[in-house]
Amino acid sequence: MSSPIQLQPDETFVLNVGPQHPATHGVLRVKMEMNGEYIVNAETVIGYIHRMHEKMGENKTYPQYLMNLSRMDYLGALGYSHGHVLVVEKAAGIEVPERAEYIRAIMVELNRVASHLFWFGAFVMDLGGFSPLMYALQDREYILDMLEAVTGSRLTYCYFRFGGLYNDIDDDFIDAARRFIPRMRKSLIKYDKLVTGNIIFRKRLEGNALLSKETCRKYGASSAVARGSGINFDVRKNEPYSVYPDFDFDVPVYHEGDSLARYMVRMEEMEQSLRIIEQGLDKLPDGPIMPKKKPKLIKPPAGDYYQAVETARGSFGVRLVSDGTKTPYRLKLRSPTYSNMHLFDESCRGMMIMDALAFMGSLDLVIPEIDR
Amino acid sequence: MVTYFKDIYSGLVSLFIGMEVTFKEFFKPTVTVQYPYETLTMTEKYRGHVELIENDEGKPNCIVCGLCQRACPSACITLAGVKPEGEKKKVLTKYILDFTRCSLCGSCVESCNFNALEFSKEYNLASTRREDFIFDLLQRLEDRNK
Repeated sequence: MSSPIQLQPDETFVLNVGPQHPATHGVLRVKMEMNGEYIVNAETVIGYIHRMHEKMGENKTYPQYLMNLSRMDYLGALGYSHGHVLVVEKAAGIEVPERAEYIRAIMVELNRVASHLFWFGAFVMDLGGFSPLMYALQDREYILDMLEAVTGSRLTYCYFRFGGLYNDIDDDFIDAARRFIPRMRKSLIKYDKLVTGNIIFRKRLEGNALLSKETCRKYGASSAVARGSGINFDVRKNEPYSVYPDFDFDVPVYHEGDSLARYMVRMEEMEQSLRIIEQGLDKLPDGPIMPKKKPKLIKPPAGDYYQAVETARGSFGVRLVSDGTKTPYRLKLRSPTYSNMHLFDESCRGMMIMDALAFMGSLDLVIPEIDR
Repeated sequence: MVTYFKDIYSGLVSLFIGMEVTFKEFFKPTVTVQYPYETLTMTEKYRGHVELIENDEGKPNCIVCGLCQRACPSACITLAGVKPEGEKKKVLTKYILDFTRCSLCGSCVESCNFNALEFSKEYNLASTRREDFIFDLLQRLEDRNK
């Protein structure tokens, strides 16, 4: 029998986190060079579930590619579809009825709340608390039921169309959404009591993984990662699109740059999303959900188009280069998690492994979106 | 020293507040569905795999125009038809849906101008064999009419 390996005081060893890490719901591998419990160096290895979404975009016609976008991020699928339909509408010059845009905004915000709820549950579970996940999933279920009744599916919605929507919302949906908002507000207070105020939770996150503004800028981080480090950037405010200028909402910004700040930003974002949904339901105009004149075949004129949207995970951009045919010449998808994740390699050096995992949880990674 | 005891006190208070929340939740009614014993009915707009719509005579509405086949992003649909002599419209003889590749986007239903396709409400699909998901929709329509 071989004797156990004796490490020298300064000797390091390599620890593989993943490729099957249960907390990341996708397949990500992190190669960590460890000195005891401390990380000397880390390298994220991606590409395990790469599905060539960009290449598919070049081979499929515009309407055929619609369903691919919701497969990128399974938690906040509608935000991604929104970016795609907006850029194609911009390129092909399709007018969208106002009602359709309002419904889109309501749906995207509902989806954002659902996504943040799941993140909240999974993040607290990463830190060792199980019950918040159950409460979060219960609230998320109300949203999924509402979305299912309208879109027809629960997770990978294919709901937006060029120029409008697949289905109109009905009174049942509006009633359900109106009932949901106060219930969700109550739940947020509950989460505040149960998790945010919890001493163990706070002690673990305060001062954990400090990210400076410069690091965030260098890696192109967005969403709560950037806003938790004091960068006041939200695509909905800074480069307004759709009907967002009509809504009154705030962008929560924290300057601490630690994991708790990122957590607080997301929790407050849920409240802001509820405000947007409320206003959207109040202002919802009547009218058609598809334009009267819709081109049968979508063939945008040759050119270069770009549209960024704020999804649950950050700023998502679609660059479309059209050569005037019915398939794009190039479709580049700028995914926010990809940028957010690459912070990890640099920032986790010198951290203890449990702190690094808490840090990773606070980044809100959705792996299929990195390996798109 | 004072802060040390203050920390212990506030920590304990926060733990009890959290326990109060979970304690209250304990007495709330169950919200989960006990799956094999209870099942949910799907909503009206639920998108399952596609199914053919029949006319009054029990024959499919489909006239084999092939628009659904062309609209499908994943090439799941194979269909064929013949034109009987003296008839104006084609008659469907084969409609195969390869559900292993379908992503339920609904392009086929939207592309259909003849009200020939609809979504089924089936969601309990599980099998160990790949062939079980290659549906012969014409056969399913006949089975339904039996």
